[in-house]
Amino acid sequence: MSGIVLEGVTKRFGDHLVTDAIDLVIPDGAFTVFVGPSGCGKTTLLRLIAGLEDIDSGRLLIDGVDAAQTSPAARGLAMVFQSYALYPHMTVRANLGFALKVARRPRAEIAERTEQVAEMLNLTPFLDRRPGALSGGQRQRVAIGRALVREPKAFLFDEPLSNLDAELRAQMRIEIRRLQQQLGITAIYVTHDQAEAMTMADRIVVFRDGRVEQAGSPGEIYRNPASRFVAGFIGSPRMNFLGGAIAAKHGAVTIGVRPEHLAIDPAGTISAAVQAIEYLGSDSFVHLGAQSGETLIARGVPDLDFRSGDTVQLRIAPGAVHRFDADDRAMPAPAPAPGANIFEETV
Amino acid sequence: MRTRRRHRAIATMFAWAASLTIAFPLLWTLLTSFKTELEAVSFPPRFLSFDWTLANYRGILAEGDYLHSLVNSVIVAGGSSALVLALAIPAAWSMAFAPTHRTRGILLWMLSTKMLPPVGVFIPIFLFYRDWGLLDSRTGLVLLLAAANLPIAVWMLFSNFREVPGEILEASRMDGASLWQELVSVLAPLALPGIASTFFLVFTLAWNESFWTLNLVTTEATPLTAFIAAFSSPQGLFWARLSAASILSIVPVLLIGWLCQRQLVRGLTFGAVK
Ligand SMILES: Nc1ncnc2c1ncn2[C@@H]1O[C@H](COP(=O)(O)OP(=O)(O)OP(=O)(O)O)[C@@H](O)[C@H]1O
Ligand SMILES: [Mg+2]
Repeated sequence: MSGIVLEGVTKRFGDHLVTDAIDLVIPDGAFTVFVGPSGCGKTTLLRLIAGLEDIDSGRLLIDGVDAAQTSPAARGLAMVFQSYALYPHMTVRANLGFALKVARRPRAEIAERTEQVAEMLNLTPFLDRRPGALSGGQRQRVAIGRALVREPKAFLFDEPLSNLDAELRAQMRIEIRRLQQQLGITAIYVTHDQAEAMTMADRIVVFRDGRVEQAGSPGEIYRNPASRFVAGFIGSPRMNFLGGAIAAKHGAVTIGVRPEHLAIDPAGTISAAVQAIEYLGSDSFVHLGAQSGETLIARGVPDLDFRSGDTVQLRIAPGAVHRFDADDRAMPAPAPAPGANIFEETV
Repeated sequence: MRTRRRHRAIATMFAWAASLTIAFPLLWTLLTSFKTELEAVSFPPRFLSFDWTLANYRGILAEGDYLHSLVNSVIVAGGSSALVLALAIPAAWSMAFAPTHRTRGILLWMLSTKMLPPVGVFIPIFLFYRDWGLLDSRTGLVLLLAAANLPIAVWMLFSNFREVPGEILEASRMDGASLWQELVSVLAPLALPGIASTFFLVFTLAWNESFWTLNLVTTEATPLTAFIAAFSSPQGLFWARLSAASILSIVPVLLIGWLCQRQLVRGLTFGAVK
């Protein structure tokens, strides 16, 4: 078990500040997911932790020891690359055993450990093949196996599933999570897919422009987003935002309402035109254009007795409003005035 | 179907014509080497109907200079090529995988040294070599040819290494490979085709180099280029023997090319990423 602590970690490429004084504690044995839009510095931060890039300023502690000057291998972390980065000229067996071979472990131990890991990942039939003769999913498992063999202090995953199709991806998510829990090894997992973050994480760290926007459990982040950015990034379909008069009534510059908290109800006070209806079997989403100009999405409408073009009334579920100030930071939930329901609004 | 076959036939004919045209000087040299001196200069030239003889080869091999020069050529070309690779592989590695904003400039600057004709630096080099006792020495030639071919080798290896995904090397670093292990067990096998073709090119260039080898060397260190040149001047022109000498000096390079060819054509990177 290991603790990874970042203190003011800063990295520049030329003039470009890629990570800006990041303070972060990666909990022991937990599955931490770094999530954020493309180009926000997730990969760079992971590579800084791995030791593949040098930190410009700040400290990186692994097990309480400053590791900034330690070589990648000596940090005891294992990385799974987005491109898998298998050794194409070696068999699966040699790929898995490479780390042990360069560490000069006894041959018997290498063979045993390699086979054990192959067993764990159902790779035994492929041990004597080269990576070129494997499917994408099998290559992915070899990449994970190569990280497992070393019994690392922590796993670093950089978007390991982005090259797989949807079904395989869903399957691998579960498999990775199962392995990690079984071994109890700390994991940092980078993705830009918020659904992947929500389903896999013990703890999510949301990044934006090289800074930590918010860190917390998936539930915390979903229920109490710290900013309009996080609110819009986590959750699918994304949160609805309304400004103007309706927000002002809540004492905010913008308010956010998740699609599941927006109900189509003749008693509602927000008028909107139905633009499109999406049926997904278990779910349905109604895309609406509010009179004030915003596009809104409402989820799970029970009786769809309207069509595109109709005008309907919307009601916000009680207590479901997220309020944001002029800087797009979340404002604390207001204490409801006695007797009055402030969540019922007119536009 | 028929037009396609006709197209194929025409293409084949063109290919043969082009290959024969390119290879003609070499083939003619080969034929001439089996002629007598008289037949070699006879006009109109005889194509195949002459008295085939091995006398030219026998004569050359009997003189003993050939073996002496062959050994020198192997040492000079082999030694300088080995030295070039020993320097160029690490150089190209650092340029390809740890580039700085000066990398491009350095590459161009290295190549720019090849734009100067060698004669331009002949006098200073000659004087240095005279003072350092490197004239007519194999060491001198090895150093000079290595320096002359280094830019090309770095350039070739650099473009080759850039095809190797850097993440594979990083993966080996994460796996605990030392720099040496990274170069030898990961980069070298992946870039083997490129390294082989670079070696072959540099070797051929050194083998055929005939400015420095003719001007800095007199007796002790004469390679095959000097050996051939010696045939064309003093006792008049001996076409047949000159041809035989040329053929004999090509054979070793052909042999090396043939040995390397599997590596020259084979790419190994497939399946590394994605
Ligand atoms: N070697 C480099 N030199 C210069 N700029 C770089 C380098 N590597 C990354 N950057 C820049 O740093 C920023 C962060 O890149 P990074 O790869 O960390 O993003 P990311 O969050 O992983 O994005 P994605 O989700 O697309 O993978 C980007 O703007 C990128 O252009
Ligand atoms: Mg990335």
